[in-house]
Amino acid sequence: MEPNGHRQDIAAVLKGQVMTTRFDKLLGWGRKYSMFVYPFVTACCGMEYMSVSASHYDLDRFGAAFPRFSPRQSDVLWVVGTISHKLAPLLLNVYEQMTEPKWVVSFGACASCGGPYDNYATVQGIDTILPVDIYIAGCPPRPEAVLDGVLKLQDLIQKSKQPWK
Amino acid sequence: MAIEKRYPEAIFDWHADHGDRTLVIDGDRLLDIARLLKEEMGYNVLVDLTAVDYLPRKPRFEIVYHFMNLETKARLRLRAQSDDEHPLVPSLTPLWPIADWYEREVWDLFGVKFDGHPNLKRIMLYEEFKGHPLRKDYSKTKRQPLVGPQN
Ligand code: SF4
Repeated sequence: MEPNGHRQDIAAVLKGQVMTTRFDKLLGWGRKYSMFVYPFVTACCGMEYMSVSASHYDLDRFGAAFPRFSPRQSDVLWVVGTISHKLAPLLLNVYEQMTEPKWVVSFGACASCGGPYDNYATVQGIDTILPVDIYIAGCPPRPEAVLDGVLKLQDLIQKSKQPWK
Repeated sequence: MAIEKRYPEAIFDWHADHGDRTLVIDGDRLLDIARLLKEEMGYNVLVDLTAVDYLPRKPRFEIVYHFMNLETKARLRLRAQSDDEHPLVPSLTPLWPIADWYEREVWDLFGVKFDGHPNLKRIMLYEEFKGHPLRKDYSKTKRQPLVGPQN
């Protein structure tokens, strides 16, 4: 009998029935297909968000767009639209209440950099108040850009270190 | 017209375009004139209310009122002038309750005070905000963030 004959036996028995992987890869795989989105929708980009979520573009097929309007039940914050300084504390509040691990998507020019509003009222990019994982460019972004952003976020979730303990 | 006859000294100027009249009046006499408009001339709707900062012109502020007579469909605009750095004009809330929110907005953005307003506090911006951003001498990019860094 070969030194590792015992193992070969097991492999022969279980052939085609099991897959091996690393635990955090499995976790990342699960997380990337079960994103629970909190849509923080404030302005015209919201219409684009609706169109991407509706049947024509069908965001759900990525396991990506199940909206939860409760921060405690969501792990991806979508900041969609203009954020004013008056609103910023509420956005922060939502972010802080979300469960870990969590990700932030900045949807459109306004959320990313203030967009066309360089004035006294508008936050010049939500990255000045909370960490952003994915920026989607455009005013408003094309649905294809949003889908691309979602795929990039899924990639990022899969590849990142998974906190699970 | 009844207003000119009744308050000749309060009317600085007037003109009419396409049948819609505009009167430039003394801000101190606003309440009298508005009452006359509502009670005797049938202007029963206060359509809009806003202000204009004409810096550096003097008088600097004009508070603009748009009225409508639902019966005749006539429209009339009042431009109440105020020379003060902190203008004070009478509130129209006793005559038109809708003036409540309009006047708060004008107070918030222009710093025009309304005498007799029941609840004159900010409505668009937050209480901690300093100054009145639609004034010409407020820099449009001067931000006062509630959270996060100055940018
Ligand atoms: S980025 Fe453009 S479309 Fe989106 S909220 Fe701002 S102004 Fe509206």
